[in-house]
Amino acid sequence: MTIVQNTPLVGTSLERLEDERFLSGRGQYVADVRKAGMLHAAILRSSVAHGRIVRIGLDAARALPGIHAIVTAADIPQPIPRIPLRLVPLPEFAPYHQPVIASAKVRYVGEPIAVVVADSRALAEDAIDLIEIEIDNLPPIGDRDVDASGSFLFEETGTNIALRYHTASGDPDGAFATADYTRRETFQIQRHTAAPMETRGLMAQWDESGPTLKLYGAAKVPYFNRRALAAMMNLPETSLELIEVDVGGGFGVRGEFYPEDYLIPFAARLVGKPVSWIEDRREHLMATNHSRDVGATVEIACTKDGTITGLRGEVFGDMGAYIRTNGGVVPTAAGMFLQGPYRIANVDITVLALMTNKTPVGTYRGPGRFEANFFRERLLDMAAADLGIDPAEFRRINLIREDELPYSIGKRAPHLPDAVYDTGDYHAAFERCLTEIDWTGKAAVQGRLIDGRYHGVGIASFVESGGAGPKETSRFVLEKDGMVTIAVGSSMLGQGLETTFSQIASDALNIPVSAFRIDHGSTARLADGLGSYHGRSIIVGGSAVLDGAEKFRTAVIEAAANLLGRPNAELRFENGAVVSDAGASISLSQIAASRRPDDGLLSVDGIFLVNKPTYSYGTHAAYVAVDPDTGRVEVLDYVAVEDVGRAINPMIVSGQAIGALVQGLGGVFLDHLIYDEQCQLLTASFADYLMPTATDFPSLRSVALELRLSPTNPLGAKSAGEGGMVPVAAAVGNAVGAALQSCGAQPRTLPLSPSKVWSLIHEPAATAP
Amino acid sequence: MKLPDLDYIRPGTLQETIDLLVAYEGEAKLVAGGQSLMPMLAFRLLAPKILIDISRLPGLNAIDIGPDGVRLGALTTWRDIERHAALKTAHPLLAAAIAHVAHYQIRNRGTVGGSLAHSDPASEFPALVTTCDADVVVHGAGGERVVKGSEFVLGAMTTSLEPDEMITGIRFPAWPAARRWGFEEFARRRGDFAMAAAVVFYDLDAGGRAADPHIGIIGEPERAVRLAAVEDLLTGRVIDRDVIAEARAIGEQAAQTSDDIHTPAKYRKALIGTMIERALMTAAGLELRPVAA
Ligand SMILES: Cc1cc2nc3c(=O)[nH]c(=O)nc-3n(C[C@H](O)[C@H](O)[C@H](O)COP(=O)(O)OP(=O)(O)OC[C@H]3O[C@@H](n4cnc5c(N)ncnc54)[C@H](O)[C@@H]3O)c2cc1C
Repeated sequence: MTIVQNTPLVGTSLERLEDERFLSGRGQYVADVRKAGMLHAAILRSSVAHGRIVRIGLDAARALPGIHAIVTAADIPQPIPRIPLRLVPLPEFAPYHQPVIASAKVRYVGEPIAVVVADSRALAEDAIDLIEIEIDNLPPIGDRDVDASGSFLFEETGTNIALRYHTASGDPDGAFATADYTRRETFQIQRHTAAPMETRGLMAQWDESGPTLKLYGAAKVPYFNRRALAAMMNLPETSLELIEVDVGGGFGVRGEFYPEDYLIPFAARLVGKPVSWIEDRREHLMATNHSRDVGATVEIACTKDGTITGLRGEVFGDMGAYIRTNGGVVPTAAGMFLQGPYRIANVDITVLALMTNKTPVGTYRGPGRFEANFFRERLLDMAAADLGIDPAEFRRINLIREDELPYSIGKRAPHLPDAVYDTGDYHAAFERCLTEIDWTGKAAVQGRLIDGRYHGVGIASFVESGGAGPKETSRFVLEKDGMVTIAVGSSMLGQGLETTFSQIASDALNIPVSAFRIDHGSTARLADGLGSYHGRSIIVGGSAVLDGAEKFRTAVIEAAANLLGRPNAELRFENGAVVSDAGASISLSQIAASRRPDDGLLSVDGIFLVNKPTYSYGTHAAYVAVDPDTGRVEVLDYVAVEDVGRAINPMIVSGQAIGALVQGLGGVFLDHLIYDEQCQLLTASFADYLMPTATDFPSLRSVALELRLSPTNPLGAKSAGEGGMVPVAAAVGNAVGAALQSCGAQPRTLPLSPSKVWSLIHEPAATAP
Repeated sequence: MKLPDLDYIRPGTLQETIDLLVAYEGEAKLVAGGQSLMPMLAFRLLAPKILIDISRLPGLNAIDIGPDGVRLGALTTWRDIERHAALKTAHPLLAAAIAHVAHYQIRNRGTVGGSLAHSDPASEFPALVTTCDADVVVHGAGGERVVKGSEFVLGAMTTSLEPDEMITGIRFPAWPAARRWGFEEFARRRGDFAMAAAVVFYDLDAGGRAADPHIGIIGEPERAVRLAAVEDLLTGRVIDRDVIAEARAIGEQAAQTSDDIHTPAKYRKALIGTMIERALMTAAGLELRPVAA
């Protein structure tokens, strides 16, 4: 067999290999995983935001036929396991880790109190309705002034402020004292979250003979979760297999370790039967990580001619009731990215993490960045207007020039090294975006009432980190039939990695993508993997695939050398076969077939180590029309320009950007997790939690540039999954501000719902800061 | 969000259906398209003993157009209305308003009878029934009775139906070809329930003045209502921009609104005024500025 692959695939828009499976209905999601004798779990969740559990009465529920077990804190080994932090594990957060089930106290609506295992989900819900639960209410903490009432989520800490830190570079006080101009503003991004199309789900199967546990439904970070679960269940990691099936979207929230990731395996072990739990949408909206909910008071100092000399920010993140696996990423990143792609010598950032009686917060695509860019870019537009400088010109003056790179913004969080922007031409991406939106031509419509609507154009620039280290691994296995399986530590969340990894491997080995099978299905395949987050899968995971491919070539040549009786030096791997200078040839299938049973399969491990993130950057522009009578904002045109370093598959990059834009616009206009004063969640279904649909934002464009390769990885890639999201609120906020300039309306908070925009126009006093 | 255990039956005739309603004494629920009922069951807001599936009862999904007007069988779906070519001239307001109801999947199943019986205050069809003086034909143990459209819906999700009754049809009075009309709705996204809407129509007298104007709105918390104050204003007037501006102001003032999580009362009042203005503009042919719903 000769297999020939001549033209490089990296850089081409190869159709996604996974799509045929999905489009023909052959995707396998966790709810599709069914085992003989499988039972169904449902979870009783607190309906009270803050209170002390007085009594849980289970008799009536237990008496219901078809109920196999009801698990409460009393059944869980003491001390109740608490969920460890995966990121930003600062010691300050130690008191706030979430126990896997509520015991003495409940701290948010949705916190698990009991797990019912039954013949069917409906029966389990019947039993839940019969559980008697008595809770003594405590005053809920909901607003930013968390310590005002003297009610504490964790009495032992005596505060609801989990973390406060301060970082500075240069001489901010000096800069503000001597500035020609300063302005201070307070902004807020509303609580909202990813809400992927498929809710979470788990299917746990306990086998006493191992003992071993199989857990289906893992995603994002299965190896971390295996480690965490093994420790909690007091089992060696090798007794646990976490299995990743297809998923309907992750966006940061899916796959983190949640209480159910312990409770469902625990229940399966208890009943000795497979147990499936599929989160319903109401649960999802109160149990899966919330996100955003960051506010900031930001102050800018400038010279008269528009040079920014100082920036101060106090960033407050509402963390909800517990610090979950993502630690303080959300507010920390908001502090980190407040400066953005601008040259600012004197910066002062304070970050606070606040505990409230709401669902815990975790990362959602572009964590902290969506927020920070909104805060900064809104303030930049206000400052430019005050100084009488065109907003584009104002940015040109301050955007970091290529000759200033690498540019260090210093240490922006206690747990992080200095952040150093690597490569790029920020001005080129900026100018490209202005050209695309026709910034100059649009001056004619800026702020004008046309067709009864105010028109406006807004721009926003950003810089964004991705590609977190420290490592990723891959394993190339030559299967008996000559196919090459590539096991990866990355997780497939819809980013098209089966395709892009195959493209990378295909180019490296010069064999077609059809020769590969990407295996991400099980933690049994690799010793470790870091998974998929922080735009790292192509950068770190893809580089590990590249390394594995090179090692695979060497290993195959070595194997062929023995079979052909020629020295390695005379052999080349070409067109799917090892050939010698003398013309002898042996194909991959022949090499595979020639292995003796006790040799096992030919297999090599690839690894990529990296200790620096990549920095992608770009500019977005939004053109909007605002109906002053209804407050509706229509997005007439939107352009997202980002330098992604290298686009492995431009079609996928574009798809990621458009998807991110729609999500971002949802966050600007629609998505909102609303709580009342009792910290009751009012948006627990899709009737009230509004998400963008396919028809809401038809006019979106993305331009992926490949201006400067990333120096951190051999592919030269920078992250490409979040750049479509992070400056959306900023660009639209500025566009709406520009449209409404004649009313003096300034968007400072999101969402820009019709009623909010209407009141910006008609009730200026009520919406002034 | 899984349904509790319940029984299900699909009767073959109207009489059987009524007999079942009588036998179950209020513990049964009719199900037509299921688009409103099933979510209520899944959320466990309702727990009937039995579902009586009327979706295949014969003869209840006809659209009859005659000299007296338009008669819709209770099982007529949104899609039936959307696809009915003759309705576009026989009752253009009905066709235009129904275009705002929900999304494809729901439109394929949702029925006019179900919508009226469910009587969500933000839904379009009850607003049409109220504003157009339609008659609601009801069958129960005591036979047929006809309820005036304005008296059918009593409040949010409450109607004048008795437990042993079901809606069999809705009769809209004849629609003169020269009638002026407009329908405007505002919702967060295409297909969402209305935050506010205005249903307006009037005839023209010999002098080109508005005769017998009907002004209905969606946006009050209990149900769609007609605004007599606006109707009085318009009666006998030439509908021009000035009159429309007045109608908007009076409508805004007359509407009784309340807060919900997405819509502060004050904003909704203003929105109702805007919808009235825009619907009247369309009716008067003054300005055709399409407003996406
Ligand atoms: C996502 C979504 C969006 C929607 N958007 C809109 C919208 O924008 N505008 C809108 O108007 N509607 C909307 N709906 C509701 C939809 O139009 C429903 O179809 C309609 O309200 C109910 O019709 P149904 O036939 O499905 O009724 P069902 O759900 O079957 O029944 C609803 C109620 O009516 C009773 N019932 C049904 N038929 C009869 C009868 N003949 N006599 C007496 N009682 C009866 C039932 O017992 C039940 O109580 C939406 C629904 C969904 C799920």
